[in-house]
Amino acid sequence: MSAGAMVRLSGVSRSYGPVEAVRRVNLEVRRGEILALLGPSGCGKTTTLRLIAGFEPPDTGTIEVGGHLVAGPDTFLPPEKRRVGMVFQDYALFPHLTVAQNVAYGLPRGRKRQARVEEVLALAHLEGLGDRMPHELSGGQQQRVALARALAPEPAVVLLDEPFSNLDAALRTRVRQEMREILGAADATAVFVTHDQEEALSLADEVAVMLDGTVVQTAPPEDLYHHPASPEVARFVGEANFLPGEARAGCVRCALGEIPASCPFDGAVDAMLRPEALRLTADPQGEATVVGREFYGHDQLLKVRLDCGAVVHARLGGGPGIKVGERVRVEVAGRAVAFPKA
Amino acid sequence: MLLAPAGLVVAAMVLPLIYLVVRSLEGGWEEFAEVLLEAETLAVLARSALLAAAVTAASVAVAVPLAWLTARTDLPGRRVWAVLGALPLVIPSYVGGFVLVSALGPRGMLQEALEPFGVERLPEIYGFPGAALALTLFTYPYVFLTVRGALRGMDPSLEEAARSLGSGGRETFFRVTLPQLRPAIVAGALLVALYTLSDFGVVSLLQYDSFAREIYLQYRSAFDRTPAAILALMLVALTAGILVLEGRTRGRAGYHRSAAGAARRASTVPLGRWRWPALAYCGTLVTLALAAPVGVLAFWLVRGLLQGESLRPLWAAAWNSVYASGLAAAVTALAALPVAILAVRYKGKTTGFVERATYLGYALPGIVLALALVFFGANYAPWAYQTLGLLIFAYTVHFLPQAVGATRSALLQVKPSVEEAARGLGRGPAAVLATITAPLASSGILAGASLVFLTTMKELPATLLLSPIGFETLATRIWSATADAFFARAAAPSLLLIALSALPMYLLLIRERAR
Repeated sequence: MSAGAMVRLSGVSRSYGPVEAVRRVNLEVRRGEILALLGPSGCGKTTTLRLIAGFEPPDTGTIEVGGHLVAGPDTFLPPEKRRVGMVFQDYALFPHLTVAQNVAYGLPRGRKRQARVEEVLALAHLEGLGDRMPHELSGGQQQRVALARALAPEPAVVLLDEPFSNLDAALRTRVRQEMREILGAADATAVFVTHDQEEALSLADEVAVMLDGTVVQTAPPEDLYHHPASPEVARFVGEANFLPGEARAGCVRCALGEIPASCPFDGAVDAMLRPEALRLTADPQGEATVVGREFYGHDQLLKVRLDCGAVVHARLGGGPGIKVGERVRVEVAGRAVAFPKA
Repeated sequence: MLLAPAGLVVAAMVLPLIYLVVRSLEGGWEEFAEVLLEAETLAVLARSALLAAAVTAASVAVAVPLAWLTARTDLPGRRVWAVLGALPLVIPSYVGGFVLVSALGPRGMLQEALEPFGVERLPEIYGFPGAALALTLFTYPYVFLTVRGALRGMDPSLEEAARSLGSGGRETFFRVTLPQLRPAIVAGALLVALYTLSDFGVVSLLQYDSFAREIYLQYRSAFDRTPAAILALMLVALTAGILVLEGRTRGRAGYHRSAAGAARRASTVPLGRWRWPALAYCGTLVTLALAAPVGVLAFWLVRGLLQGESLRPLWAAAWNSVYASGLAAAVTALAALPVAILAVRYKGKTTGFVERATYLGYALPGIVLALALVFFGANYAPWAYQTLGLLIFAYTVHFLPQAVGATRSALLQVKPSVEEAARGLGRGPAAVLATITAPLASSGILAGASLVFLTTMKELPATLLLSPIGFETLATRIWSATADAFFARAAAPSLLLIALSALPMYLLLIRERAR
């Protein structure tokens, strides 16, 4: 095991009858790191989380938590012996216990218990709410209680299952920042599951993309966004334009001209360009027409049809912009990612 | 629109109680105080409370393990055990009582079998031990059903959270699962306690002087019937006290399923080598509460037939039972509908009062209700006295809470937006009720009706006191035969009654399984 790895999965598989929910997954989470398991619903990400927690046994492979083997060919440690903290999608707060009692649940009896409860409540900005019952709190507060409860026994890793899905959109961004701060202040290692790429990119140190039961790419958010390993990953992580072209000597020739590209080979390719890599200028002599526009305030997404027939999306600033129906000139700023033609 | 029928229902619920108060005070405050403070009255009060406490505690102790075994473990044949475990509910307690007396009493089956060995006397079965045993065996299913339902509906992530926080299986059960079950246990225990207090058959047959028996004896023997009314009022006070106590214990925890996502089923606990003791436990319980009583009845039936007992007069009584129970089920389900809709859809002070008023049925034991209606009918409504109508009225008042409860929980499952959609599509409130609400809640309404049918079939005291002259039901036949210790004559109607009640019970259990 490499130094500082708090969670490690090697060749882990899990089937339900004929359905292979998780196939030969390899993962590693370093101490103090936040890993996002990103994927569409049904890709096996929640099952992976439950395998780490010990709610499901793997069919094959080994799982290590905090440097100890917790699941393998002859080993299966029950959840209570694994030192994992879990934050459930529905929070699963014990309705018959107060906030403080919920947080104290996983702590050993003794003099230090009360002090630790106070400490964790302060960490989660829940001072003064210890005597409330869970149903008397707002959604965001309930979520922080769930996090505080999981952090209290100082687990090797905190597992979070779709932690923001029960919150409304306006609250989500704020809660995300708070969560990041709390996890950082607690110096915790965390794995969280999400289907929202924005959430994964903004919160995680490392993102593992899961498609159809396997991890297809693990990378820091910037690498993942700019150097996706496959067209599927590119499409799932952010918006992507694909243009057919011909690669030669680090450049791709396509409908938008000669574009520098990261491409180790020559031949027929699909060039992927992020919408913000395209520059539009209003020009009656341009080679494209604006056919659609979505305005978001901080930026806008324009749908452009090139005269050759291809349709691309371009992201522009929040300025007055270009009207639908206008002719434009399309320029490329930045590099494309080329994938061999399927 | 709904308030008018609901108000009518409330008036019907309150009328017997008011009349009981009036009748109790007929002899003036002096007589009231005299009867109230008599040493014998206080002893009756103590005996009733003791019996209720003992039966409730024993039922919880017996039913919770059974519910857990059948809902959450890999017990072999757990579905079958779940059905068998609930079936003792169809055995009327007075049938259970006479089975107990005929099997274990003096000159009963056991003593007869042991006679060759010189056994002349068996330990006393009459009184407290027999009454407590019989009532526990035939009422524990109330706790079993509510707790099993709660175990099946519980959010599994709570137990998983406890496990991930370092609790083992046993600790998780006691610190998380059991507290979650508390509302279900209390609800079931409440039914058992109220049933025990209102039970008339067992305490009469086993000669335990609790309220129900004492009230009946007073009514039958004494010329002055005011003491009977006062005793009845005290019993109402006792049941009301228990209801208030239950309301207090609810605490401030908010219990409801928090999950928004798809419901997962909780994992099953492997029993391993504990499988055999668990099977033995279920087997013993089902034998005592179901197999043995039916076996004893079959024994008496065969013996009676061999001695020339005839089955023929049975059919008229069976038809009367089914007819009266069916009528009561239909009327009660209909009366419950406006109350349940008001309680679910129009929450407020008035509607809360309406709903709570219907729970008076729980606080009015059958014998008390019957007595109140006898007094009232004889004095003010001789045209209704001793008619089938008054009997059905008594059944409706008595069993309305059951129908309201079932209808209410079914209505809670119907989303208001569905009704609103129908309104938006141009249907009026009445049309929406008929075409949307009632069909969607039909399973609950039907469940309520089945429950009322089942309990009416078994009902004894009100039937005994209010039946029109010559109107014989299975219950009254069994009663008159057992009261004279003609066990062989009681066996056939008992078995028929159990068979007829098992049908709606089976429908109720099937419905639970389909969920």
